[in-house]
Amino acid sequence: MELVCPAGSLPALKTAVDNGANAVYFGFKDSTNARQFAGLNFNDKRAAEGIEYAHLRGARVFCAINTYPQPDGWEQWKGAVDRAASLGVDAIILADMGLLDYAANRYPNIPRHLSVQGSATSHEALSFYKDNFDIRRAVLPRVLSLDQVRGVAKHSPVELEVFAFGSLCIMAEGRCYLSSYLTDESPNTRGACSPAKAVRWQETSQGLESRLNDVLIDRYGQGESAGYPTLCKGRFEVEGHVYHAIEEPVSLNTLDLLPELQALGISAVKIEGRQRSPAYIADVARTWRNALDNLEAGTDGFTVEPQWQQTLAGLSEGGLTTLGAYHRKWK
Amino acid sequence: MLKLSLGPILWFWSRQTVFDFYANAAEWPVDTIYLGEVVCSRRRELKPDDWLDLARDLKACGKNVVLSTLTLIESEADLRRLRRFCEQNEFLVEANDQSALQVAIRNKIPFVTGPSMNIYNTATLKILAKQGLQGWNLPVELGKETLEQLIIELQQEGLDLPAEVFSWGFLPLAWSSRCFTARHYNLPKDNCEFRCLQHPDGMELRSRESQELFRINGISTLSGSRYDLMRELPDMERMGVNTVRLSPEHLGMEEVVRRFDKVRRGELPATDPLQLVEAPPCNGYWYGKPGMDLIKP
Repeated sequence: MELVCPAGSLPALKTAVDNGANAVYFGFKDSTNARQFAGLNFNDKRAAEGIEYAHLRGARVFCAINTYPQPDGWEQWKGAVDRAASLGVDAIILADMGLLDYAANRYPNIPRHLSVQGSATSHEALSFYKDNFDIRRAVLPRVLSLDQVRGVAKHSPVELEVFAFGSLCIMAEGRCYLSSYLTDESPNTRGACSPAKAVRWQETSQGLESRLNDVLIDRYGQGESAGYPTLCKGRFEVEGHVYHAIEEPVSLNTLDLLPELQALGISAVKIEGRQRSPAYIADVARTWRNALDNLEAGTDGFTVEPQWQQTLAGLSEGGLTTLGAYHRKWK
Repeated sequence: MLKLSLGPILWFWSRQTVFDFYANAAEWPVDTIYLGEVVCSRRRELKPDDWLDLARDLKACGKNVVLSTLTLIESEADLRRLRRFCEQNEFLVEANDQSALQVAIRNKIPFVTGPSMNIYNTATLKILAKQGLQGWNLPVELGKETLEQLIIELQQEGLDLPAEVFSWGFLPLAWSSRCFTARHYNLPKDNCEFRCLQHPDGMELRSRESQELFRINGISTLSGSRYDLMRELPDMERMGVNTVRLSPEHLGMEEVVRRFDKVRRGELPATDPLQLVEAPPCNGYWYGKPGMDLIKP
């Protein structure tokens, strides 16, 4: 299985490659990709440098152009595909049907990967993208259980990549409009969820408050550690009870599932987190490299070393990890 | 004149409630009725054949009937139910995910797309038009500026693809593998005791400052405010929108339909529309603002 790591910057890209990533993925410095953060991502010069660095060391580079262009953005998004092609990337990660069609016709030799933002949750949906745009690989949404992944993998017409570690999206990706409902930006339209420009922190007599476009997302008492106010991870009130009504702030961690994912014929495991620091990327990439090497050596059976879990837990939201939807009980 | 449609029921209602609702709706001035379970595969008060029987009845009453498919397809069982709708040729199908697109296209069944389909540009519409697309819904997060551009570009392409706009009701905003209603009751999703039946218009999710943010409805999350584009109907007519979608609620829906019927005939009421289930109104998406905003004309 291939280890696919995020690169939000050139130092992160190099770190990922140095620590055992088989492939890295990046986006341009604009809203054509789903991790639009100030100070993050690549211009053409940096991208060329990163691609050269990776290729010299035998790693592949994917370019994510996985938001949805509206009419006034069409030329810009199409331009992003042209830029990725001329940079010589190994694959383009796309979600929008219009762009997939453009890339398939204009650059048939550059492999197309279906982004998780393409919302394909069944083998029929994968066949739709395969038949129409000849995609080579698809990234599965984080909403499927392991059994459901098994069902998809059994009939999948394309390679599959699944999320292994990082932030956990619990909504079907590519169809979640919660962020644009509270702010004016969503992953689909602007490549942003709960955008930083809308975040406000406020120390009050009741505690530290996090707000998104003035909406109170969470309030922290003394000794509680505060997290980024991703709107689905706030504490809200339903019928008089205040709790994490949608999702707790925890990270996805599928180390335990590696043998099963391999048995299902999954081609690649994906690490989330282009917004993360190079130091974070180094620890995560190294840990997963060790795990995958151990898995492939396959001599005494695969066991998860406590040290790996410890490292990953330390890098997780709230220090907690979950198997997410892969694990039926989670529901 | 603008057409009116009744979207699929997004809530979980008992079998009898559903039959009663549509028996009444048959008499209302709506042109199109969308039928089917679009939220949760565990909601089976009506079986696919029940929906088909209902579809035939409503067709006999002169309604244009469309069969809507599940939005989040997760299993082979979901696909089997999907095929039941996408392998018949009596009714048009509303594809709510790419699995439905694939099955409809393979079977050469004409289809329309629901608001959860990722249609953001003309290139996407052109691809689907070649495969049998007969009409489409604007994703709820898009507004009039994008819609107007899309309609103009479609005209330039010589494509006649009627556009429909979700115009009244709680906005469907997200679908999850997790059931938030079951989570509230501390029940596993697979043994949820069908608690959604107790909440025919969902459960309010508020901030700790009592701001109405969302409505929990099984695996789906809806807006906490009610989207209301009644006053924007003249805008829509001018730019060439074909159909205005009203999302079913279990109380007072007839009055909503009759109000919109008057507005599309040019009788804009002076007072604000009816408030049925208590909820603030919103229209932000239409104006390119946060969806929860209310822009006053």
